[in-house]
Amino acid sequence: MYNIDTMSKGTFNGGVFLSERKEYTVDKKTKAIPAPREIILPLSQHIGSPNEPLVKPGDNVKLGQRIGESKSPVSAPVHSPVSGRVKSIQDFSNPIYRKTPAVVIENDGNDESVELVKRENPEELSKQELIRIIRDAGVVGLGGATFPTHIKLNVPGKIDTLIINGAECEPYLTCDHRLMIEKTNEILNGIYLLARILEVSNIFLAIEDNKLSAIFAMEKAIRERIKKFSRSKGHMPVQIVVLKAKYPQGGENQLIKAILKKEVLPGKFPTDMGIVVQNVGTCFAIYQAAYEGKPLIERCVTFTGGCLKEPGNFIVRFGTLLKDAIEFCGGFRERPAKIIIGGPMMGIAQYSLDIPTVKGVTGVIFLSKRELKFFEESTCIRCARCVDVCPVNLVPTEIMRMVKYSRWHYLDKLHPGDCIECGACAYACASKVPLVQYIKLAKLKEAKKK
Amino acid sequence: MKEENLYISPGPHIFSKESTPGLMKDVIIALVPAIFASIYFFKVKAFILLLVSIVSCVVFEAAIQFLMKRKIAISDCSAIVTGILFAMVMPPSLPIWVCILGCFVAIGLAKQLFGGLGFNIFNPALLARAFLAAAFPTFMTRWNHPLSLDAVTGATPLGLVKFSHNLDINYRDLFIGNVSGSLGETSALALVIGGLYLLIKKAIDWRIPLGYIGTVFIISFLTNLISPDIYAGGLFHILAGGLLIGAIFMATDPVTSPVTKTGRWVFGIGCGAVTMVIRLWSGLPEGVMYAILLMNALMPLLNRMTRPRRYGT
Repeated sequence: MYNIDTMSKGTFNGGVFLSERKEYTVDKKTKAIPAPREIILPLSQHIGSPNEPLVKPGDNVKLGQRIGESKSPVSAPVHSPVSGRVKSIQDFSNPIYRKTPAVVIENDGNDESVELVKRENPEELSKQELIRIIRDAGVVGLGGATFPTHIKLNVPGKIDTLIINGAECEPYLTCDHRLMIEKTNEILNGIYLLARILEVSNIFLAIEDNKLSAIFAMEKAIRERIKKFSRSKGHMPVQIVVLKAKYPQGGENQLIKAILKKEVLPGKFPTDMGIVVQNVGTCFAIYQAAYEGKPLIERCVTFTGGCLKEPGNFIVRFGTLLKDAIEFCGGFRERPAKIIIGGPMMGIAQYSLDIPTVKGVTGVIFLSKRELKFFEESTCIRCARCVDVCPVNLVPTEIMRMVKYSRWHYLDKLHPGDCIECGACAYACASKVPLVQYIKLAKLKEAKKK
Repeated sequence: MKEENLYISPGPHIFSKESTPGLMKDVIIALVPAIFASIYFFKVKAFILLLVSIVSCVVFEAAIQFLMKRKIAISDCSAIVTGILFAMVMPPSLPIWVCILGCFVAIGLAKQLFGGLGFNIFNPALLARAFLAAAFPTFMTRWNHPLSLDAVTGATPLGLVKFSHNLDINYRDLFIGNVSGSLGETSALALVIGGLYLLIKKAIDWRIPLGYIGTVFIISFLTNLISPDIYAGGLFHILAGGLLIGAIFMATDPVTSPVTKTGRWVFGIGCGAVTMVIRLWSGLPEGVMYAILLMNALMPLLNRMTRPRRYGT
């Protein structure tokens, strides 16, 4: 058993301690939101090449049918989350990207599914076969980045370490936490499939110390698994790493620093160092794809914030509009003043409730006006809070000054390109300067130069 | 429902509680013990100087911002901090008009002329003191006995040690503040209490005071070891003169000190070294003011030279 209070916990340099606000939803069991009458499914829900539609208006589609795909490798197909008829294909707002083409499907309510190939022992399949299954199921990084998972699994060079990200460092969000409690064994199966594909020698499961119940659940499942199977069957132990609850602990580079004490070189990726990081939600999606043959058509989303009557964790089918989902959570206690998709640090404020949920939506936060704080930017007094909290050793205040006074040539030595855009600097700033936005501007300027 | 009037802004959507006025208020709270000590030891003289200094700093700030068509920002409390700190480093018998002139130099010349809060290179209170020391040397070296307020004694403990080699030091008086000197610098006890408050509230970085005081201690300890007849010991140099107010309240001024951690170490150690060079081998008994001003000037250079190691290299 862990003694959480006395054990030494891994962490990275810098970062901020945030008030968690996870108590709204952390004890709420996940519930499935029934599919609404109309689904508006954005065709591209990943980072990479956009998908082309495989259906046309008037077509009948089944649940799980592939309806969007791209020939380019860096892409992930999308599948219909319901059965019904395609009404139209039109541009529609997207919570994360700009307006993208979306398929409007009229739900017939029968959930008539394409044939799902169930597999008893997918770990016996070949590596390439498993990667194909993951790609065909449309699995992307469900921590919010939505990078196609199969690309990360198919890298040249040896991968020896797999890190499973259960940190969930953003306040309010609890979907990964709930998943680890409720789908413990499924996640573990997904992890072992990943280990099988990557042929790694170390597996770490990183969880922050504020998710005790998840740590205990996962630990118990891992121990039972070890008892049941011998190591020879490929069931190497998954090492749970308890990390300090600190933002942005869930960033890839911060996890690697906290667990392995290694820093990813500038301009390089974790895979260059033989490390692959995957989110727990992605592991669950991989489990579903390989064992149940089910493509990624829904995910766990945390609906939270002071405006909701019943905040909670919900399984939401992609393409469900926020306004339909809200109705299921009992509607609003009071009018929201701000709607954020994602966490409050890196999330994106929304214009409207007519927004479909997509693969990258980890949570939706509905904040009332009372919960919002408004500040006026004042001049920097060089208190250096931003320097202290930056997890990648930048000096945000200097970058801000150079951007403000257009001294672009000074930026070379300040490396704004290393910024992970976590926003810790802007959070900590005593003068409320939107530092991360200045750094993003510097990044754009640098990218243009090249 | 209709969802008009939603607030849109880029992340982060939450913010820390820290603010510029909050940091300034912390400094003011930390100065309260020293304010009380100065009023206790220098009575009404201290009170009047403090009052005049605070009021004129705030008035000058508002007036200059108005004349320069800037936003009037006296609510950030920085002028009050400058006012208190300026009075704290003045001799008790300073004529009021000289005090007001000093406040004008601090706010007008050292702060607003450079662009206002956040843009000044030198600590306003110290730059104003340097100006007065050059312009009115007689006023600036007329010291009062504490409590009795006998005017014009001439020598602070540092002066006595330096010029009369009077090494008969009463450490208790030095610690409590029962010695002649500037208003707020005499009571080490009050300053240390304020410093601890600032450290606990994380309003200042411990590296600067530790680097500063540590360097002063090491240099004075060593010189005392070599020739104990001429040089006083480490503890004396920490408690005497303006070292503590300088190390705790002046050198830690965020605007005029480096932002990097290494830079802060260098800044603190540099302040300590320059202070000791002036105190031991120059024609002046005290060097805190010039040491900090000199290091202030080096601040942009220190920032550039001590950038943190690039992540991953």
